[in-house]
Amino acid sequence: MNTSTTPPSLLDVQDLRVHIRTERGTVTVVQGVALTVQANEVLCIVGESGSGKSVTMLSVMRLLDEKAVTYEGSIKFQGRELLDLPARQMRAVRGAGIAMIFQDPMTALNPVYRVGWQIAEQLRAHRNLSRRQARTETLRLLTAVGIGDPGRRIDNYPHELSGGLRQRVMIALALSCRPKILIADEPTTALDVTVQSQILQLIFDLRADTGMAVVLVTHDMGVVAEIADRVQVMYGGNVVEHGTTTDIFNDPHHPYTAGLLASIPRLDQPRPARLPSIAGTPASAGNIAPGCVFAARCPHRFDACSTQPELRTVGDAGHQVACHLDLTVADHRAVPVGDATGTEGTDLL
Amino acid sequence: MTVSGIVPGGLGDHAPGTAGEVAVPPGGDGAAGVGQGGSPWLLAWHRFRRNRSAMTASILFAVVVLACIMAPFYARYVAHTEPFTSNLTGTTPIDGQQVPVIEPNASGLGSTPIGPTWTGRYLFGADTQGRDVAARLLYGGRTSLIVGIGAALITAVIATIVALIAGFAGGWVDAVISRILDLVWAFPVYLLAISLSTVLLLQGLKIGPITVDPASLWLPVLIISLVYVPYLARPVRGEVLALRRREFVEAAIGQGISRSRVIFGELLPNVVPTVIVFLPLMIATDILTESSLSYLSIGVQAPNASWGSMITDGQSQLYTRPLVSIAPGVLLVLTIVLLNIVGDGVRDAIDPRGLLPRRERRFRRRPGRQTPARVS
Amino acid sequence: MIRFLLSRVASTVGVLFALSVLVFLIFFAIPGIDPARQMAGRNPTPETLAAVRATFGLDKPLPVQYWRLMDHLLIKRDLVSYTNRGVKVVPELFAAAPVTLSLVLGAAVLWVGGSVLLGVIAAVWRNSIVDRLLMIGSLIAISIPVFWLGQVANLITQDRFHSWPVFSWIPPLGYTPITQDPVLWFKHMIIPWIVLAALYIGLYARIFRSSLIEAGHQDYVRTARSKGISEVRVVFRHTVRTSLGPFASLFALDFGVLVGGGALLAEVVFGLPGVGQLTFQSLAGLDLPVIMAAVLYGGALVVIMNAVVDVLYARLDPRVRMA
Repeated sequence: MNTSTTPPSLLDVQDLRVHIRTERGTVTVVQGVALTVQANEVLCIVGESGSGKSVTMLSVMRLLDEKAVTYEGSIKFQGRELLDLPARQMRAVRGAGIAMIFQDPMTALNPVYRVGWQIAEQLRAHRNLSRRQARTETLRLLTAVGIGDPGRRIDNYPHELSGGLRQRVMIALALSCRPKILIADEPTTALDVTVQSQILQLIFDLRADTGMAVVLVTHDMGVVAEIADRVQVMYGGNVVEHGTTTDIFNDPHHPYTAGLLASIPRLDQPRPARLPSIAGTPASAGNIAPGCVFAARCPHRFDACSTQPELRTVGDAGHQVACHLDLTVADHRAVPVGDATGTEGTDLL
Repeated sequence: MTVSGIVPGGLGDHAPGTAGEVAVPPGGDGAAGVGQGGSPWLLAWHRFRRNRSAMTASILFAVVVLACIMAPFYARYVAHTEPFTSNLTGTTPIDGQQVPVIEPNASGLGSTPIGPTWTGRYLFGADTQGRDVAARLLYGGRTSLIVGIGAALITAVIATIVALIAGFAGGWVDAVISRILDLVWAFPVYLLAISLSTVLLLQGLKIGPITVDPASLWLPVLIISLVYVPYLARPVRGEVLALRRREFVEAAIGQGISRSRVIFGELLPNVVPTVIVFLPLMIATDILTESSLSYLSIGVQAPNASWGSMITDGQSQLYTRPLVSIAPGVLLVLTIVLLNIVGDGVRDAIDPRGLLPRRERRFRRRPGRQTPARVS
Repeated sequence: MIRFLLSRVASTVGVLFALSVLVFLIFFAIPGIDPARQMAGRNPTPETLAAVRATFGLDKPLPVQYWRLMDHLLIKRDLVSYTNRGVKVVPELFAAAPVTLSLVLGAAVLWVGGSVLLGVIAAVWRNSIVDRLLMIGSLIAISIPVFWLGQVANLITQDRFHSWPVFSWIPPLGYTPITQDPVLWFKHMIIPWIVLAALYIGLYARIFRSSLIEAGHQDYVRTARSKGISEVRVVFRHTVRTSLGPFASLFALDFGVLVGGGALLAEVVFGLPGVGQLTFQSLAGLDLPVIMAAVLYGGALVVIMNAVVDVLYARLDPRVRMA
């Protein structure tokens, strides 16, 4: 799929499948996902919970419990195949090549160590620094992520910091070894609304300063519209649509994308009696029927939907959709997803 | 905008069946469903049946229990012996010859009971009183099991009542009960048991019409059951307290339903799973405690015998006739191991998500005296 | 931290008082039981009974009796045993304490080392054959009464296989103070240490394994892995370290129970003249003054250890310090 881009991608995931063994048998939670990340871009991955977006990101870092997980496909970082990398070399990639920040800063930091220690631990794992040098560097990082009074904060325990401060510490930690890619898995979900935008702004600014790429996993279409260069929509372990932010917002082809967009409340239109939502329950890995993953909830489904649609290019180069139909904005308006079955839909956002 | 269950993408997030959670009505989750229609119990039973080691252990435990119940039959028809009367001068046939059950020692000092004959009579030999060890093993098992099961049941009843009262009444009643439970909890089990035993063993117990003879089996049963009340009452009280704040209980109280209906109709059925999870482990603990008390001569009193008191009795013959105290120990350990496996199986069946307090997790933040019965 | 300490001290004193009242009530106020007959041992003479009544003021109200008892136990320390005429209880108790301490200290070293090692092995290779075997072994270990295991050990090392070179160096049952002959002391203690530690290794290995596995699922362990540090470091610096708090506090409690006389079964089976042995002998003679003193001594040690645990826990887990 990556034929149109000439320079080799920083990260190139092809046909990734992730199988997880559970007590009730093996479940394929990621079913052939492809994605690429270029230097210095912001890629947003959106989808409901259970769509496989987090698992995809954890696979890139190889942080899933590999006793219970098998991978298929390929994850190339700077041309190197991560899935074949021995543990030691994979460790060199983690933190230094690709870093990740997690959803809940309350639990992501170890409660029994001072935050400065936790940052220094990563610094010293990748760079040959003395204790003193590591502390100086940690102070610099804490300042860079906008923590006031870093000299005091460096010796605080996580529970002594607010959620927003902890997430800043997490960002400082992630950036400490100047990674090429920063994966942020719903970094603001657990935070107060007022803090959310500050954290996003910080990530956005730091990207500009460092030239790293950012992969932002989110379910907040508002955030996507603001900061994404490209958007990848996932559903039920599959990529259903992919394109530039303009493509996705102005010309959504997949009914699921259209449904996501329709569920954003709009200030410029009269308030609806109830927010539109997508009918039915989200697909979750393990109970997906063969064929199109979205078919069960799709208002446009027809006979062909019993076969899995391939991602195909529509319109601009790079705008791809996995749908048998060629739907337009007008089609989505005429038959919104919420009316598909007349049953109560689950709120998306 | 409500985020419907957007959780961090851990493995659990993608486990099959998560989609079904949408269908669970509010307030109907967790233990609230237990006791209505019996289906949670049926589910638990199915889970238990699939657990092969727990099933095997249950069957083996049933065999042990059955064998102990059959003790009189064994004594009368196989061993042809009176297990509670000493036989210091008797003889038994070996290879057609009559051999004395207690032979005077070659050195002239003391005497040695007969060793294992591997025949019906005196299968495992005799003890110092010339009694059949094999027959007494079964009788001793009966005592150990009666004490263990009896004490566990009494603990369960008392602890549940105490916990229901404390948790439901709240206020100063709860404060007083909790303090007392904490105090007894802080007191090592063996010290409490020793204190109660020594006091009661001399004169027995006489409270109003209740009289318990010092030699009665009731005494160890009562002491052991009392000692472990806080072990069960504390977690159950916590659960009652949590239930008390749940909507369905508040609704029941709000509707003016009588206290006893709330306690027995709403609260009790919801704490029963916890009590049942504790029961097999409690029985194992109680049997161990009884054996320790018997070893200290303050458990089961003669003429009753338990595995613990048999181990003690055999100690004087340990090097000459080791089987006398080794055999009851083997049976004791086997029974405890089986009960522990069954207990873990019951817990996994009733509480697959690990919501109830677990043995391995008995402490989280503030540890109390958590593990019972480590009399060493 | 100071306020935390002060509040712990205050509550410890309160619990100690409540404990002494509880013991007093058990020995003096269970209905239908005559405390004078209790105190005087088996088959007392009328003179002994009268002496007991006078000493403890048994005709006076309960608070006075309580005060008299505490006076004899703690202030005058002249409580005497009526079975062994004239033996003072409190000094005897303290004379026995070093024996108990040597037993428990040695066993504790074995059990902490053993259970941490086995727990980590089982957790790291969980669900493997090694893990299963370890867990079955530990289940058996926690199911064995210590006095029976001691008998089996004695049978093997003292009698049946004593002639074998592996066991021939083991001296007969008994005790030699470390100040007299450290080598002999060690030889005396090694088997009791192993036997006493077996149960605790089983229990603690199971506890440690499951708390390690639980800690392994925590987000911060995933964060640690995402940093690119070595797996050994992840396990020891993050998983093990955060599981240490509960482990250490549980250990301190058990240690307190054992030093307080909880090791009595092991002491009896190996003939070690410690606090537990003393209690045991008094039990055989139903010598209540000694039992009472031993119970109070053990209970007090446990309560004090409880307070130590709280402080220790606060050192190991910074979150607790705030509260």
